Amino acid sequence: MSAPPFRGWRASPLVQLTRARVVEFLREPEAIFWVFLFPVLLAVALGVAFRSRPPEPAPVAVERGAEAEARLAALAASGRVRAEIVERTEAHRQLRTGKVALVVLAGEPPTYWFDPTRPESRLARLEVDAALQAAAGRADPIAPAELALEEKGSRYIDFLVPGLLGMNLMGTGMWAIGFSLVQQRSGKLLKLFVAAPMRRWHLLAAQVAARLVFLALEVAILVGFAVAVLDVPLAGSVAALAAVAVLGALAFVGIGLLVAARPRTIEGVSGLMNFTMFPMWIFSGVFFSNERFPAAAQPIIQALPLTALNDALRGVMLDGAGWATLAPELAILAAWGAVTFFAALKLFRWQ
Amino acid sequence: MTAALACRSLVKRYPDVVAVDGLDLEVRAGECFGLLGPNGAGKTTTVEILEGLIEPTSGEVEVLGERWRGDGLALRARLGIQLQEARFPEKLKVGEVIAVFRSFYRRGLEPREALERVSLEDKERSFVRALSGGQKQRLSLACALVGDPEALFLDEPTTGLDPASRRQIWEIVEALKARGRTILLTTHYMEEAERLCDRVAIVDRGRKLAEGTPAALVSSLGAEHVVELELEDELAESELAALPAVERVRKSDGAYWLTVRDVARAVPPLLALAAARGLEPKRLATHHATLEDVFLSLAGRSLEEERAS
Repeated sequence: MSAPPFRGWRASPLVQLTRARVVEFLREPEAIFWVFLFPVLLAVALGVAFRSRPPEPAPVAVERGAEAEARLAALAASGRVRAEIVERTEAHRQLRTGKVALVVLAGEPPTYWFDPTRPESRLARLEVDAALQAAAGRADPIAPAELALEEKGSRYIDFLVPGLLGMNLMGTGMWAIGFSLVQQRSGKLLKLFVAAPMRRWHLLAAQVAARLVFLALEVAILVGFAVAVLDVPLAGSVAALAAVAVLGALAFVGIGLLVAARPRTIEGVSGLMNFTMFPMWIFSGVFFSNERFPAAAQPIIQALPLTALNDALRGVMLDGAGWATLAPELAILAAWGAVTFFAALKLFRWQ
Repeated sequence: MTAALACRSLVKRYPDVVAVDGLDLEVRAGECFGLLGPNGAGKTTTVEILEGLIEPTSGEVEVLGERWRGDGLALRARLGIQLQEARFPEKLKVGEVIAVFRSFYRRGLEPREALERVSLEDKERSFVRALSGGQKQRLSLACALVGDPEALFLDEPTTGLDPASRRQIWEIVEALKARGRTILLTTHYMEEAERLCDRVAIVDRGRKLAEGTPAALVSSLGAEHVVELELEDELAESELAALPAVERVRKSDGAYWLTVRDVARAVPPLLALAAARGLEPKRLATHHATLEDVFLSLAGRSLEEERAS
């Protein structure tokens, strides 16, 4: 067996360092789970909890009696409730357990039996009453038309998905880089690298490159799932989304490198990571809008990289924002990335 | 002969300790030079200054005719460096690790060739975590020689290894010597220094105690044998020194170490003296004098004590 000679692109230290970083990561099943699957599971869980249901006819019961059949027919004709004829005791049981929203008691005129503190019961009362009144001959003085609002992007899940994506780009970027560098430092591998004729920026650049390899996959999985399954809109262009994701990832790679520039232990870097990310989890509008914070704090909040990333992602996905609209956020992300990368290179502890 | 590696009046002072205290060394091109001494003697600090990884407090350093300046990449390309306790990523394969290190050098061995030199070619596709301690150490040797360096720094290459693995490392170093590479090796194993090194410097507490070929250092004791005697009670050292054929007497670790020219002539009077004082020997042993004895005689304590503490 003779391997091809070691030259050309294979011999490039950037390629070799990046490749080592990528395969190392892929052989880490836990990392794969947290980076790729966990955000999807989180989106599923939140998507199920906050999914919007199609309007469902309210279940109601009609007490058996002389007028029951006629009432049932009237209610069925309206199509706004789902009715059934039952005995008085059974009707009571169903109402008590919430199986039906309202019971139409026998007798002329009927009695509506319901719990007025339950919104769906109050709704059922309106629907039932309208249907029975119409059947009894009431004519509506006006006949309004209906127009359904079916706009995408106005649900909570639509707000949430870009925030989750931004948080994931921040978290995975910083953890992956922080852990790998500190591990290499405590294992004296970094020292061995600089003892060999390695250019120092190559190592940091390889971390950036490896990050970009996973980024595409990470974004595609979460956005693809959200669009296909959760029906979250992608109003803007894929190119704009890609640009925002790349710049956002680079900003957090830079911050990750800076945070990992000095610590010698995993414990040390973990603390610093959490300290860095914690304010952004709260203030950068992941789960709720950052506009709830006081105006005085806004200049600082808006300058946080995760705020810029989340705002830009929401702009692209929900509002279809173009390049001109995104420019301020992209500039903030680029500045974070560039400044922290060079600061990290300067401060980096190799031994 | 020109010096491949040299340092003059080297000092490295840390806030709490002086690690290197005015050291002069000269390693000739093509020789294997050993830095011998107990832990904390300043061996690693000295080597890392020569490797350009640590700035000395004062003193001059010359490596392959050059001084460390800037990133020193051009000089590093001519060196092979092995560090004590460097750990490779467990989830990489042997072939991947060696490829990464090879990529740092413009010219050098094929990765596979480097693995063959340390007999690891069968492990090319194994994960680092599956390697034994000796195999990991051989991998680090392969990384040090993959750039086909003119000079190699090996810091305690066999520490913590079993005897078989140690012997394998020795064979690799001997093959490097045969190729005319300059090697600077640190160790606290005397046997290793005696077998591998053309010349050694014995260092202790940041200072050089002696320098020369292992044979010359041993013969500087003036006698070739050592008698170790452990007694129930004390004997005057002057009485022991007066015995026939005895060159030197040291007391260390509760035992007397007698450097003697002739064991047969020295031992009977020694036992007679002990018997006359009513002392039963608890232990009596003799061996050929080694670098260990040289260290004992120069530093006044044994390397073993140092290691234990």
